[in-house]
Amino acid sequence: MKPGVSEMSNLNGGQQLALKYFLAAGVLFGAQLLFGLVAGLQYLRPDFLYGILDFSVNRMVHINAMVVWMLFGFIGCAYWLIEDESGIPVVGLKLGNLNFWVFTAAVAVVVVVFLVVQVGPGTDMTRWFINEGREYIEAPRWADIGIVVCVLVFFFNIAATALKGRMTGITGVLVLDLIALAGLYLAGMVYFTNISIDQYWWWWVIHLWVEATWEVLVGCIMAWGLMTTLGARRKIVQTWLYIEVALMFGSGILGLGHHYFWIGTPEYWFGIGGFFSALEPIPLVAMVVHAIYDSGTHRFRNSNHPTLAWLIAHAFGNFIGAGVWGFMHTLPQINLYTHGTQWTSSHGHLAFFGAYATINIAFFYLAAQKLRGNVWMAGGLAGNGWKWKWALGLLNTGVIGMTMAMLVAGYEQSFIERAIEGSSWAGYFAAQTHPWFVQGMVWRMIFGWVTLAGFVLLVWDLLTIGVGDARAAIVPGSEGDTAPGGAAAPATA
Amino acid sequence: MSSVPWWSSEAVWRKVAYLVTALMFVILIFLTFDTLDQISAGSDRVPAYGVINKRIGYAFDEDRNFQVPVIGDDEPLFGKALSEEEAEALVTHGKKVIQGRNCMNCHTLLGNGAYFAPDLTKSWLDTAWGSAAAREELMLMFLMDPTTNARTFGSGRKMPNLGITEEEGKAVIAFLKWMASIDTNGFPYNFKPIPQGGES
Repeated sequence: MKPGVSEMSNLNGGQQLALKYFLAAGVLFGAQLLFGLVAGLQYLRPDFLYGILDFSVNRMVHINAMVVWMLFGFIGCAYWLIEDESGIPVVGLKLGNLNFWVFTAAVAVVVVVFLVVQVGPGTDMTRWFINEGREYIEAPRWADIGIVVCVLVFFFNIAATALKGRMTGITGVLVLDLIALAGLYLAGMVYFTNISIDQYWWWWVIHLWVEATWEVLVGCIMAWGLMTTLGARRKIVQTWLYIEVALMFGSGILGLGHHYFWIGTPEYWFGIGGFFSALEPIPLVAMVVHAIYDSGTHRFRNSNHPTLAWLIAHAFGNFIGAGVWGFMHTLPQINLYTHGTQWTSSHGHLAFFGAYATINIAFFYLAAQKLRGNVWMAGGLAGNGWKWKWALGLLNTGVIGMTMAMLVAGYEQSFIERAIEGSSWAGYFAAQTHPWFVQGMVWRMIFGWVTLAGFVLLVWDLLTIGVGDARAAIVPGSEGDTAPGGAAAPATA
Repeated sequence: MSSVPWWSSEAVWRKVAYLVTALMFVILIFLTFDTLDQISAGSDRVPAYGVINKRIGYAFDEDRNFQVPVIGDDEPLFGKALSEEEAEALVTHGKKVIQGRNCMNCHTLLGNGAYFAPDLTKSWLDTAWGSAAAREELMLMFLMDPTTNARTFGSGRKMPNLGITEEEGKAVIAFLKWMASIDTNGFPYNFKPIPQGGES
């Protein structure tokens, strides 16, 4: 292992596979931004690509690329840490590698069909082979089945490795969480004419992924990330992980009820959904406390500055984007006016970025470091690390800027369309053409470009950071703490 | 480590985590059974598909303090009364057209979807159709050729031509009429429905 020189042999088998997932995730991240920019532009220039790539197509690719790149990122993170955690090579790695190519090819086919064929007649054929037409899970049914199979192969790799090797608190939670994650996807794979029942199950997938199982997944990834970069003690991060799981599932499972206010479901969801979803920010506060406390305990002495910076960005982004922005409109008394407005987009952008994009980027930097022979990534990087710092700044500024712009538009829309005009079509357009709304869309566009600039810089940095630097990384927790892979507490401890 | 108090021990929190998760999931399962029962087609909250043979309004309910759907006299869609089976088949076709044409990535249905075009929850009752008498034909004309028949309300946004046939258009309208009859707990709020004569 020679610092500063990229060699695949610097990575263990699981990490080599993780790198593939990270690369595919990066490509999809780029696609998400490009199609988001086009969709955003269509708010300002509705004739742009009208009849060729309509808003519906761009928006569908925008959100699906996001879901898949984040999922690919998480899968990569799991493969990245599993060999270190379990102490043995990934069980069934060849199958895992084949699975990556099948999964990626399937995603590519789905995207091409979305872009070229776009829509189909109102038959079962369309749902099976073109587009299911349900937001976030538009993938046609053949792809749904393929996704389940691919996720099961991934699950087999992780679970079999954890069971055969050393089972830690982190891998224990990870394995159980992946069962829930795969199982919940099935809830979105049945057709219902009754739209109330359709949306009831649809939220099982969307909410119980994004606001429950994904959150626990990033809790596992965060725990491991803090041990790796800071040398935080296993016992501490695992105890926090269990606290987070208790709070996350304790609030998030019934917090599902905040999607059941207006879809035909009974009125008791007002109380249940309002109460439990209002508690959802609490575990996210715990994560902030945990991350900052651990960093402070170790005086921010860490082996990878970009990774730790993105982990801290994750802690705050998750709390503010998912927690605060979600809380702001989660009670039914306000949600009556904000449901289905730009408020939701404002929350969605900050939450997905803050909670999930950030932690994946943190692991991209871990991958860059290890690939280059565990190269130095603390202070004193070439150019004082301006690229990673500017990428961090631009991406966060861009997303926060878009969030604020859409929040202003959302306030205006809630007021004019909903409260005053009573949600008629005329009221909808009165709100959409109001100068405050249009200004919001202009600023969203500007900050969209800022986000893209950050992405370009991020890619450039990931491709170059540490190259040719002969210094080896510092050893985290070298003041008596335990690094991952060493002295793991057994699950029964 | 004996110095670790019980409330900060890893083992205690592991048990708490699993217990809380299991408890919440069990409660959700019970609520799911109850909710699915209350929202099956033909229930009080979600009418049977044959409701498209009736006039559907949206009026303020003093007891619940918000607007609720009101099922009125006979008012068959396109002048043809359908059996429950025929109505279900038509609404089903409409739902599949709506999914196949990816409507949800511009519009919202029950408030869920994208925000580039108006919410469709009460589109059947929207005053934009001018009069209740002309509504069905206008909706059909619009769906079959939205580009030519566009009304952008000054926004410049037009629905793209999605090649919706007459048969598909009628099915979509049936679905939208049925969806307007769902009790959505007062969403959308303060909505002013199209005058239909009589109660609403």
